Amino acid sequence: MKAKDRKAKVIKLFLVFFRIGAFTFGGGLAMIPFIKREIVDNNHWIEEEDIVDIFAIVQSVPGVIAVNSAIFVGYRVAGLLGSVVSALGVVLPSFVIIAIIAMFFSTFKSIPVVANAFEGISAGVTALIVSALLNLRKASIKDAYGWLIAACVFIIMTVTDISAVYLLLASAILGLIISYVRRKKGW
Amino acid sequence: MHKLFIDLLVTFFKIGLFTIGGGYAMIPLIQQEIVDHGWMTFKETVDMIAISEMTPGPFAINSATFAGVKTGGILGAAFATLGVVLPSFIIVVLVAKYSTRFKDEPVVQSALYGLRPAVIGLIAASAFSIATASFFTLPVNGGTFQMFEIFRDIGKTVNFKSIFIFIVAMTAIIKYKVHPILLIILSGVLGIILYAI
Repeated sequence: MKAKDRKAKVIKLFLVFFRIGAFTFGGGLAMIPFIKREIVDNNHWIEEEDIVDIFAIVQSVPGVIAVNSAIFVGYRVAGLLGSVVSALGVVLPSFVIIAIIAMFFSTFKSIPVVANAFEGISAGVTALIVSALLNLRKASIKDAYGWLIAACVFIIMTVTDISAVYLLLASAILGLIISYVRRKKGW
Repeated sequence: MHKLFIDLLVTFFKIGLFTIGGGYAMIPLIQQEIVDHGWMTFKETVDMIAISEMTPGPFAINSATFAGVKTGGILGAAFATLGVVLPSFIIVVLVAKYSTRFKDEPVVQSALYGLRPAVIGLIAASAFSIATASFFTLPVNGGTFQMFEIFRDIGKTVNFKSIFIFIVAMTAIIKYKVHPILLIILSGVLGIILYAI
């Protein structure tokens, strides 16, 4: 790759991921069609069948889809520098917006009307999380072991102060053990 | 001050490393870490979720930025945000470099087999503690034994206005597929009306 060509690509990566970061609300799966349009349809950086794999990969490693996709695509298009600028681009818009909001939020919330609005909003947020839970449940819990793990984690999180980190580690190990035993016994 | 920046970086690195399943999945871990450190109150983390829904960008990144600004200004926000992104950065670059078949590895598949239901349990716990904080008028710190006190005096502490808003919001999502931003606005307006009475 020529140096000039690479520089142009790096700048383009930053701009594209800045736009993705600025216009994707709510995060998560809602971003996938938007990212696909920019990366596959508009810029032809990645083939259609590869982007599906990439989305699957970035969801099975730690982190959030938008940022992980930016890092992966950035690396494929322009190497390490590409992944740095893509990550920076996708994070920068929300960084600026949230930093501004965080500076003024406590003053803003001391207005009674705003405090009342946020009382209502916390009930709305509960509904959002419950509905996300119902949606995710179908793809995440496939059998009785799944239900058992989910129930144990729920109970332990609710009645103890044990860190979620340990529960996730224990569940990963449990997943490995169950799969291993299953393969051995040929279930 | 330097200690705070390092603490923000390390804590959010840990949060970033254990964010599996994206979005809502990291809410419980973020709440646990941020509230335990005293960087935000439990109520503020719920406000944070609402703000994240209404602004661009994922909750994970936004809460790092928010907690960072509140504790250490812009520089604190930079450290926290860097911390939350760094684990993904290292892992995704390695995967992009060495293998596209990462997700097909039996070890990864087996670990995910246990992790996915665990994430559901975590989100359920988070939904439960947020619901408790919202539906009852006692101050709540989140998933601890405080729950028992709340349910003991359930008649006195129950907040019917919030439960009503929750039911309206649930109906709006499930029956009418209302967009999250609209839903937040709707529940905010309902809050202004109901809590003014």
